[in-house]
Order: sequence, then structure tokens, then C-alpha cells
Amino acid sequence: MTRPTPETLAHTARRARAAAEPASDVDPATTRAAAIPATPAVRPTAPAQVSGAGSLVRSLEALGVDVVFGIPGGAILPAYDPLYDSTVRHILVRHEQGAGHAATGYAQATGKVGVCMATSGPGATNLVTPIADAYMDSVPMVAITGQVARPSIGTDAFQEADIQGITLPITKHNFLVQTAEEIPQVLAEAFHLASTGRPGPVLVDIPKDVLQAPTTFSWPPTLDLPGYRPTLHPHGKQIREAARLMAAARRPVLYVGGGVLKAGATDGLRRLAELTGIPVVTTLMALGAFPDSHQQHLGMPGMHGTVSAVYGLQKADLIVALGARFDDRVTGKLDSFAPDATVVHADIDPAEIGKNRHADVPIVGDAKHVIDELIAAVTVERSAGRSTDLGGWWTQLNDLRDRYPLGYDEPSDGTLSPQYVIKRLGEIVGPDAIFVAGVGQHQMWASQFISYEKPYTWLNSGGLGTMGYAVPAAMGAKVGKPDTVVWAVDGDGCFQMTNQELATCALEGIPVKIALINNGNLGMVRQWQTLFYNERYSNTELGTHKHRIPDFVKLAEALGCVGLRCETADDVDKTIAAAMEINDAPVVIDFVVGKDAMVWPMVAAGTSNDEIMFARGVRPAFDEDDI
Amino acid sequence: MTMHTLSVLVENKPGVLARVSGLFSRRGFNIDSLAVGETENPDVSRITIVVNAESSPLEQVTKQLNKLVNVLKIVELDPQGSVARELLLVKVRADRSARAQVLETVNLFRARVVDVAPDTLTIEATGTHDKLDALLRDLEPFGIKEMVQSGLVAIGRGSRSITAGPALRAA
Repeated sequence: MTRPTPETLAHTARRARAAAEPASDVDPATTRAAAIPATPAVRPTAPAQVSGAGSLVRSLEALGVDVVFGIPGGAILPAYDPLYDSTVRHILVRHEQGAGHAATGYAQATGKVGVCMATSGPGATNLVTPIADAYMDSVPMVAITGQVARPSIGTDAFQEADIQGITLPITKHNFLVQTAEEIPQVLAEAFHLASTGRPGPVLVDIPKDVLQAPTTFSWPPTLDLPGYRPTLHPHGKQIREAARLMAAARRPVLYVGGGVLKAGATDGLRRLAELTGIPVVTTLMALGAFPDSHQQHLGMPGMHGTVSAVYGLQKADLIVALGARFDDRVTGKLDSFAPDATVVHADIDPAEIGKNRHADVPIVGDAKHVIDELIAAVTVERSAGRSTDLGGWWTQLNDLRDRYPLGYDEPSDGTLSPQYVIKRLGEIVGPDAIFVAGVGQHQMWASQFISYEKPYTWLNSGGLGTMGYAVPAAMGAKVGKPDTVVWAVDGDGCFQMTNQELATCALEGIPVKIALINNGNLGMVRQWQTLFYNERYSNTELGTHKHRIPDFVKLAEALGCVGLRCETADDVDKTIAAAMEINDAPVVIDFVVGKDAMVWPMVAAGTSNDEIMFARGVRPAFDEDDI
Repeated sequence: MTMHTLSVLVENKPGVLARVSGLFSRRGFNIDSLAVGETENPDVSRITIVVNAESSPLEQVTKQLNKLVNVLKIVELDPQGSVARELLLVKVRADRSARAQVLETVNLFRARVVDVAPDTLTIEATGTHDKLDALLRDLEPFGIKEMVQSGLVAIGRGSRSITAGPALRAA
């Protein structure tokens, strides 16, 4: 990360002052000499005269922000002037939605706060989808929007939208800045809120006249958040109770959610799992938190989870939920979810505990502390000779793994199998790359057929299910991790929503790679039409096969990328290899795949996990006598 | 379903009421009554919310309320341990022939006349919801021309008090 140096800070101070004084033709040399003693970002700075916009940019520098994704416009324009000289890199996207998802991809790949910026009105409303997406997936993001000048607020002024009101239900918190003086404090509070406790998006809306007003910048400001006190350390009594249950359970499962990744608790998770021998399932948001190849990993639970993971939770006598939220896509029909399980539910957000499923042992705390303390408490139990033999449980689970592994049938019509493409991609690219998925069939296959061995190598839109997430999120991830290979696995439907950001990637030197799983259809919707709507394919055919509109290779080239096409299984490996050779431009591979492939296993929406289908018309045989 | 009275201490800042009331509707709760005003600490407002809910969804909405950054403290007031009052202003038809009877009702309920016109009296009354209901029932035969009611405000009995406490020490 590039941190502001004393030199650049002084430079910025000078420019910011210049911005505040339009008539200024001050000799840069004298200004420089008179500049405030510059100090590294996190150290206090003496007060300096700047504009509100200058204060904003200097706050971003002081907060260690290295990149902002955004688009300027009327109301935010004053901020772009000091930004021009700042150490903060601004990446000019093509649509504000791209800025928002890029900030999310950046945050998910690096763990740092992602920042996006837009102007008032349509600029701000275009951020709504990525903000909602970040809210559902607890992503630390700060969105900065321009607002019309204070005297115009409430007058239906040009490009006015009440973005604070609009984003109330989809932000962790939001601010409408009232004076230029409060800018450093609000920014510091926004970053603190976004990144601590349960992370989430925070919006800062700043009226244009506040950006233009002269003010004093000094750092650090004092945070004033009396109502914000996240609980990080779990209650010792609850931890001991959880450890006691873990030592006594005969069919326990560790149900791991995205909170474990957010807390950086993956090493601890592995120690806890290996210490106890308890089977692990990782949700869609937690893939990579526990190595897919680990013997204790049953895979992903839920609607398209593995039979062993779904069954493991369903038949468990103890579920230890760590940073997971019993989402409907995991539980299936809630009434019949894991009927015999005692539930230990650990989450940093007290509102998640007991929201969907009653928690017998509620634990509020940061997953890292929870897991560390569980390890200590379980160790005490074991040294006292208390533990159960999980051999019988593992025999059942291993039997299911053997009988119902993840797999797929080759298409009978001779078309290219999308699962094969994705499987080969994972095998050839390897576990060091970051994979970013869109939403739909390709997302599920990417979760199933790529092996995730390391944390933060799988990014996707889990909660909101935002089509169009992949390309901009991959861009953000690549900016955050420039030395890591970043592959987006996208569908032809998703890709057409946000592919314009490839122009951004091409121009800004962000060489992402896109594996476009092009089946010519809105595949997941089509799958539901196949299964539940008598194969009446209403409005799911996109024409990308039939008419080759758009031609994705030409489109990629028009956007400044390298476009490749692959239509046969024989060409898959060499096309992927060709894409991997290209590191100076974004690459798009148009994998033309069959449209009839389906995602299996599947628990149909609204049904019980007991009704899981291994393949169409095939229900796994669970031997009830074993239990 | 049971009535619950929540006392919510919030930072006295613009937009906080919208955050609180919006949360209730978003989570599918109907607010029966809501009253908001400053407290002994001018930085803190107190919102009294009466809501009709089962206890487990209420717990969820309370937890969600607690997550609002501007919310400092939430206390549920139980009816036995607290004093709860509403304010009623009602304009009643009271010409010469009915005026004496109306005034008798007013006295009976220890209400007050706050405005007089040739054919109406405007009456102010405070009390519990039940008392005000009873007063309205007695006034109804005379003819109610207009009425307005405040939300319920409530305070715990005894010397203990609900304050923002340590939360605001830093402020």
C-alpha cells in the first residue's frame, strides 16, 4: 500500500489551500516553505487551512486510503480538484455500480475498507445496488457522495436525491455532513464503523457548498459514537458451556460462515477443527476459510451444497455456528432444519443470534476471540478426559461422501460442459488465484468445482445475489492484490450488466481475466423453469448463442481486452493457458457451453433439507437406522 | 399479542426518529403510539414507543434498534413498575343547554376546560389510555367535533432512573 509521505502530504496541503483560494497564484516554493510540518499519515497534524474538499481528501490520506473508485459530477466536483494531486489513486469507472462493487472486491480481497465516490442524484442512486450488496455480505465499504448545496436541499434541485434517506435500510450508518469542520471526524467515524464490529457499508453525503467552504483540517479527530460499542470478547461461561457440549456431542458439526473470514480467524478454525475432530461445513460466504482438501471438510451446505454437508447439519446433534446467520439458502424450510440439534451460535452481531433459529448457547463476540477461547476451553475438557468418539459419525458422513460426491453428467447433445470448464480452470490456475463469481449457475459451479485452499480467494455476492457483481469486483480485487491472478467466473447474463468496466481495466492497467460461461441463457432461471415451470422458457433466452449478439470476442476487443473463444472440451486447457500468458491486458474467454446443464445437488426453495435431490429425480438414500 | 412500552434513549440529532420508526415498519411492526422529546440531558432525546408484538419478534426488533449507531439505550417499561400518561385535547359540542352536563363530566375526570366558544368547549385531559377512553365515551353523546391525542409517555416508578449513563460520558 502506498502511504502518503511527508513530501506528498505537504504537497497536498499546498494544493488544497490553493483550491480553497481560487484567486491564488502563490509561488509554490514559498507555500511549500510555509507549509505545515508534514508528518506520516497516522500521526497528528497541525491545523491547516483548506477547503471542505481538501479536508475530505486529506482525511482519506490520513486514513491510509490508497484507492478510490468513482465518477465525478457537479456536486462532488470540488472533491476532485484536491484529489488530482493526492497520493490517493482515483480509478475512473464507467458506471457508479462498478465503483461500488470494485470497492467491495477490493475490501473482500484485502480486508481493508473499500472506498467509492459518486456525485449527487443519479450518481448516488447508481451506488444503491452495490451498497445493498455490501450490507448483505457485511463488507467494509465507505461510499462518499456529493449532495446539492445546503440551501437547495429539499427543493427538488437538479440532480438532487435524498441518498441518506434512500440508503437508511442498507447501510450500517450514514451521514449527511452539515459543516466543513466536521469532515475529518465524520470520515474517521465512517471508517471506524465500516471496519469494526460487524463490518458494513457507511455512506457519507457531503453538500457541494460544504466541500467549497473554507475550513481547518487537523488530524486525528475525536470519535463521538456513544451508541456504538460492539462486543468483541465472548462471555466465558457461554464458552465453557459450548466446550462442554462439544466434548459430549456424538454428531457435532462446525457451521462456518463469512464472519470467520472477516475476523481473520481461519488459523484458529483449523486448530479447533483438528483438536476436536469435528466435521466442518463452510457456507458460500466462507469458502476458503477451511481448506476444501482437508479431510474434515464436508463442503458447502445449503440449496446447492454437498449431500454430506446438508445431511451433516440436518442430522447433527450439535451445531456450532461461527460467524454464520442461518440464512434461508442454508436452512431450507426452517421448521424442519436440523431438528435434533442443540445450537451454539457465535456471532459478533447480537441481532443474528436467535433471529432464524433458536440458540441454546448464544455467544456474542468476534469469531477470532470466540475460536481462541473455544480452543482453550475444549483443551480443558479433553485434558479432563471428556470427549466422545466421533468414529460412527464419520463413518456415516464418509459413506455419504463416497456415494454422493459432487459431479456432473457430460451433456448428451455434445455441447461443452460448463462444469468441466470451471473444474479445469480451478485445476490449471491453482489455489493462489482469486476467483470472483457473478450470480447464478456459474456461481454455484464455481463454488463446487474449484478447490479453495486459502482464505480470501473466493469473492461473490452471497446475500443480495447481485448479477453484474463479478467484473467490477474482480477489478477491485486486482487493484487491491496486484500481484495475485484474479479470475472472474461470469455468466453471459451477468456479464452484460457490467462489462463496461473492462474499459476501465484496460485503461488503468488492471489485467483481470474473465471466464465467461456463456450458455446463451439466464441459466439459473432457466433451470427453475425446467424444474418448476414445465419447461416454459419465458424470457430466459439471451440470444448470445442463436444470434451471437453480442459477439463477446469482438466486445472484449472493443473494450481494449484480449478476446478468446473456446467451444470444445479439447480447447479448454490451451485457451486457459493462452489467457494465463497474457498479463498486460484484461482477457475474456468466451466459453460457449451447453444450455441444459443444471446445478446439483439441489434443495428446492421452500422445501426441507431432507428433500435434497442429488440429481434430477435422484434422492440420496439415507439409512435412517444408522442414526 | 401484548402491548409493550419501550423507552429508547437516542442521540439528539437530525434524522434519528426516521431511523427508529423506519426500522419498525421495515421489520413488520406497527407502532401504536410514539412520543419523542428532550431529556434532562439536551444531547439525549427519549422516544417512547408502544408496540403490539409477541415477545420473540420484539426481542429481534429491540436488537436491531440497538444496532442503530444513534441509539444509546433501550428499556422496556412494565405497566406495574411505571407511570404512563397520554394527553388528550377534545372539542365538544356544548351549547347553553348541555354546558352544565359537559362541565360535570370534565370535573368528574379531573380534566380542564382550556377554550370556550358559544357552542363548544375544548377540554384538556391527561391520564392512562383507559381513563381517556372512558372520558371520551362520556363526552360522545354531546358530540365530539374534533380531537387530538399525544403518544404515550412513561417513566419508571421509584428513585432509579434511566439515563444514557456511561454511554454519554465521552460526549
